[in-house]
Parts: sequence; structure tokens; C-alpha cells
Amino acid sequence: MSANAKQVEAKELAKILNKYPGEKRYILAMMQDLQGKYNYLPRNGLEMIASQVDVPLSRVYSMATFYKAFSLVPKGRINFKVCDGTACHIKGSNVLIDQIYQHLGIKPGETTPDGEFSVETVNCLGACALAPVLIANERVHPKVTSAGIIEIIKGYGGQINATDN
Amino acid sequence: MQQTIDLDSRMILVCCGTGCLANGSMEIYNALQQKLAATNVQVKTYTKPTGCNGWCEKGPLVKIMPDDITYVQVTEADVTEIIEKTLRTGEIISRLLYRDPKTKKRVRSHHEIDFYKKQHKIALRNIGEIDPASIEDYVSRDGYRAIAKVLREMTPSQVIAEVVKSGLRGRGGGGFPTGLKWRACASAASFPRYVICNGDEGDPGAFMDRSIMEGDPHTVIEGMIICAYAIGASAGYIYVRDEYSLAVKNLGIAINNARSWGYLGQNIQGSTLSFDIEIVRGGGAFVCGEETALIASIEGNVGETRDKYVFPTEKGLWGQPTIINNVETWANIPVIINEGAQEFASMGTEGSKGTKVFSLVGKVINTGLVEVPMGTTLREIIYDIGGGIPGGRDFKAVQTGGPSGGCIPENMLDLEVDFNSLTRAGSMMGSGGLIVMDDRTCMVEIARYYVNFLAGESCGKCAPCREGIRALLEILNGICKGTGREEDLILLQEIGETMQTASLCALGRTAPNPVLSTMRYFKDEYIAHIKDARCPAGVCRDLTEFYISEELCTGCGLCIKNCPVDAVSGEKKAVHVINQEKCIRCGECINHCKFNAVKVR
Repeated sequence: MSANAKQVEAKELAKILNKYPGEKRYILAMMQDLQGKYNYLPRNGLEMIASQVDVPLSRVYSMATFYKAFSLVPKGRINFKVCDGTACHIKGSNVLIDQIYQHLGIKPGETTPDGEFSVETVNCLGACALAPVLIANERVHPKVTSAGIIEIIKGYGGQINATDN
Repeated sequence: MQQTIDLDSRMILVCCGTGCLANGSMEIYNALQQKLAATNVQVKTYTKPTGCNGWCEKGPLVKIMPDDITYVQVTEADVTEIIEKTLRTGEIISRLLYRDPKTKKRVRSHHEIDFYKKQHKIALRNIGEIDPASIEDYVSRDGYRAIAKVLREMTPSQVIAEVVKSGLRGRGGGGFPTGLKWRACASAASFPRYVICNGDEGDPGAFMDRSIMEGDPHTVIEGMIICAYAIGASAGYIYVRDEYSLAVKNLGIAINNARSWGYLGQNIQGSTLSFDIEIVRGGGAFVCGEETALIASIEGNVGETRDKYVFPTEKGLWGQPTIINNVETWANIPVIINEGAQEFASMGTEGSKGTKVFSLVGKVINTGLVEVPMGTTLREIIYDIGGGIPGGRDFKAVQTGGPSGGCIPENMLDLEVDFNSLTRAGSMMGSGGLIVMDDRTCMVEIARYYVNFLAGESCGKCAPCREGIRALLEILNGICKGTGREEDLILLQEIGETMQTASLCALGRTAPNPVLSTMRYFKDEYIAHIKDARCPAGVCRDLTEFYISEELCTGCGLCIKNCPVDAVSGEKKAVHVINQEKCIRCGECINHCKFNAVKVR
């Protein structure tokens, strides 16, 4: 990353974080806004929060790793969220996770080396009537079958592992 | 600006709950608005996006009032026909009506459908009927009448007495009497005091709180204002999962509207009461549904629980007296004030009054949200309202109470559901998830699933919970993989009972429930995994082999079509065979077979 790009980012970060008073209770909200903007929490963002709220970085880090909504590594261009709520689970969400691993080689929490795909499991999305549900970026794919997931991966430009077909 | 409906006008309600949105209801809503503006229909029309109607299985739903027509599974392509036929000429489009599977007849109104007939809506009374972004809509259905009555006619202690008399118990899981909680807080010594709405709905398989916050945010706000008056609180917080973006948005709009109408802020409706509400977005931690963890999270800490030597009613948020109630609890408060405690308490059972909202999901025909009086039997909920098990399969169990609850077997289907009966059955009410399971659900694996969920959600502060869950998980993983030993069952029991006694908070104390309840009712499945190395439900991969019955297979080819790895072969009309080498045991063949010919070895 060039020094120039980092400069812009710092300015951007400040713009997001300055909306909040420098109080401890706004740490969560600040991190949510960063996560929403960048899809992960950049390290210098966490450092900026720590200095703005005047707490040690370790404290911000402990919150960033405690709450499930946050990621410290960037997500792929296409981020699959496989709902693993109970309804989705008993209707086969684990089959979807297996199939994604089979074809893209990534397990929940991982990103493909080319940065194209990442996958994570999420707690119940409250769309139980559509189980099993998969969300690709913002798009909801309802009632995904194990054949359907292959089509979805292909649809986003993923390679299907040929040995299985 | 109340919208009235006369015979020359039509109200079109498009369900825009999460389930319907995913099936394209926003496109339908937009198309209706565009096309209605472009055509010259003679009648006046109002189109409204509403909250979740609960019947997600048949979404998107479009209701036309006052004709009381409910169209199900509507698509964007149907919009023109709805305008041209129903709105222009009053003709009902039979194709879009729900077809009753028993009578085979088309049903015009949702009021005549079994799914709705047995329901009694209090907490969900407005959802699906109003535009959640419109305070006028809420007011037109008795909204903010209760707070007006409270400010005008009642003293704080009268309000508390009324809530105590109603017998309302906390709907978030614990079931603590709401009125007593309020009374304890009102008699605490110090000020300021706080009111919190717990909207951190984390139980997998439960989405009633989401639906209320999205579909009727003002009822939550009104309930909180009434409490603020009763206990003398000056500030309130709604803690809501950030993933619930629509709920966050609608609550924000509602709070702003309530402020501009003088229901929040200084001197509410000219009274001495001053109270305002702030939204706090949760970070996605299940443990934050526990009240002390939630308080820690609002204060800007990690969501760790603490032991309740002193209750939050005395020392809660920032060490001050605090009331935390769940979303559904708040939604009941305005009704109790308006209709009276007596009326509310006339419904339900001895120990549990009023109604409860359940999210009925899993292997059941009509999935969705249902609200029934306490004491309704599981059979009525699952079979009369839910329509039974799809695909003619056998009911095996129903899981209640989320990860803290347990599984209830078939011979207890006539159990009258309330807080006490579920606890006696080794489960709990929890927030009201009802997950129906059929013979294709492995009870060992489902216990493993919940424990695995909790392993990721335990805050890690106390050893019984942190280490206990990991030990349970390791053992259950082993059983599911086929390396379980008979002694494991004793060990599971011992660890579970230790956790029940020694854990710091309810998360740890209830965490073994899914394991202990499945061992209590489905021990034979554990034994089958351990002794016979087979998974009777065909779920645990390492212990499963599917085969096709020669007698039952008709050679229809459905399994061949649905197999993702081409493991099934066979000529048309001849018996099909599964290639065990290729099979990944995903179960698509068994799920699609119409003749029950695919079997688990």
C-alpha cells in the first residue's frame, strides 16, 4: 500500500469516528461503522479509536475479537454468509458449508488466496421459512440445495472442482 | 392525518417482513405504486409496506382491504392482473388465493385460514396491519392511548400494581414476573434510573422480537415510556442486534416521530415526565441477551456476565437502578393498560398469563410466527396451526427454548405449553422458538449443534461454562464421528449437572439442557451411534449409508436429477442404485424421493 493511499484512509477513518464523542460507550458503534464501511476493522482504525476514547489498544482489541460482528481480516469480493440457525441447520446448512469447501477450498472464516471469495457462518438471520439460507454479499438465496450451491458459486465466477462431476 | 377507508377506496397491504422481502415483496410494492400511478383506476388506493404477517411460508403476501382478500405467493408479474381485475372490477383472482390442503378449496381471507384461526394476537396485534414508519397508523389503532391514560389517571404505583395483577412474565426466557421487577426497581434508593429494551435476540430459530421491532416499533417505545413513568426513569436504551438492519432503521424512525409528537423528550404530553430513548447496536454476541452482559456491553465493555448478588433493579447500568425487559414483554404493556389487567389475566394458565409468540420453524408445513394463549398444546400449534410435517414424514421431536432449551418427544405432544410445563419437561420457554424435527433429524447431532453454538458464544469468564461446554463438544463430536464409548454417556451427564449447578449465569447453567434432554428422551439414538456405529436419521456422515429399496423404487429418476455428485444411477423405470464411493451423504435423494424408497442403513 502506498503512503499516499494510507493518508487518504486515515482521513476517511477520522471522518467516520469523529461522529462520536470520545466516550468508552461508543467504541462498539465506532467499530460497527468501520466494519460496515470496510468489511473488516483496519488496524489503524482500531488505533485511532483507542486514542480517541483514551483507552489502551488492547482494550479495543479485546472488544473487536469478542463480538462476532467484527473481522480483523478483509473479506473476499464475494462474501458468502451461510445461515446456521437451527432451522437452516436441520435443513442442511452443513452440506452447503461442505460444498463450498469442496469447490473453493475455504472453511468458515477463510478467504480464497485470490481474494475473490470468503465464507462465514452467521447466527439465525430470522428467515427460517426460507431455510437453508445463503447470503452472497447482500443478495439472499433462499432454500439452497446442494445442487443449487454449485450454480450459485458458478454464478459468481467461481471454479467448480471438476473431480466431483 | 388518519387514513379512512370508504367503499370507494382500497388499502393494499404488502408484507415487507424479512421473509417476504427475500422473496421479492419490495419489487411488488414498487410495481404496485408505479402502475397504480400510471393507470386510471376509479377507486382511491393506498399502498402500504407492512411488517411481517408471520406466514412466511406463503410469502410474499398481499392483502386488500376492506374486501379482506389475501393473496399468497404473489410475484411482480401478478401486479398488473391485481390492478386490472381486483382493483378495477372487484374480481378475485382465484389462482392467488390460498388453497386449503384439506378441503382443496381456495380461501379468500386470511381470517379463514387454519394458520390464523387459532391464533390470538396481542403482542403482534398491529403487525401486518400498519405501516411501521407511520406513527399515524399506530395511533389509529389505539396507539399511545395507554400512556395518555397513565399520565392522566394513574399514579406510578397504580401502574405497577396493574402490571403485577396482569401476571405478565418476562418473555425473553427467564419468565420473571414483570410487575415485581418494576416494583423492586421503584423502591430502590437512588436516581437516575434506566429502562432498557433487550432486543438482542440471539436464539437460533427465533425471530419474534425482530418482527415486532420491524413491524410495530411504537408499541415497544410506548411500553418503555409507561415503565419510565412507573419507576421514575429518565433515559432508555434499546439494545438491538446490528444484523437486524430493518429493525434498527424502523426503530430510529419511530423514535424521531415519537419525539416530534411529544411522546419522548421533556415534559411528555405536558406532564412532569421527561424521558428519551437511544438505540445501541449490539455486536453479535449471544451472551449479551443475558441482562448483566447486555449492561456491560452498553457501558462499552466486552459482554461478560456477573453474578447477581445484587440485581440490576438495584444496581444496573452505570451502577444505577435499571429495568431490562424483552421486546415482546414491552409490546404487551400498552394492551394491559388499555384493556386492564383482569382481561389480560383471563387468558392463559394458572402460572402463565396472556399469550406467547412462537416462531414455528423446521420440518413443519406452515413455518412462521404464531401467537397463541398460554396453555395451548404443542399438538395444536404444530398440527392445527402449523399443518403438520411436510412430505408425510414422521414427527420426532420439537425443540423449544433455543440453545438453553431441550427436545420434547412425540408422547408429550399434548403438553399445554407454559413457562412451568416446559421446565418440568426438561426444556424451557426461552424466547419462544419451536423447531420441529422429523425422522431425518439426528438427536445426537442436534445436541452437538447447540453445544457447538454455545462454545462460540460462552463469554469465557467462568470455568464450568467455558471448559464444560468444550468437554461436552469434544465428546459429542466423537459420538457423531463414531468414536464414542459407552462411558461417554455417564460423563456427559456428570459434566452437564456440574455446569447446571456451578456456572455463573443462565447461559452456562442451561447450556447442557439440549444434551441432557436428548439423552433423557432419545437415549436409543446415542446407543445406536456408539454401539452399532450407525446414525438412524442418516445425518452423521461417518455413520451413514443410504441405499435404495428394490421393492419401493419406481425408477422415477428424481434422485438422479437431484444428486449433486452423480452418485445415483439406473435406467428409467428400473431400480436405481447409489454408488457408495461417490456418495457424499448429503441426503438430497432421501429428501426428494416421493416413494420413501431411499433408506438409511
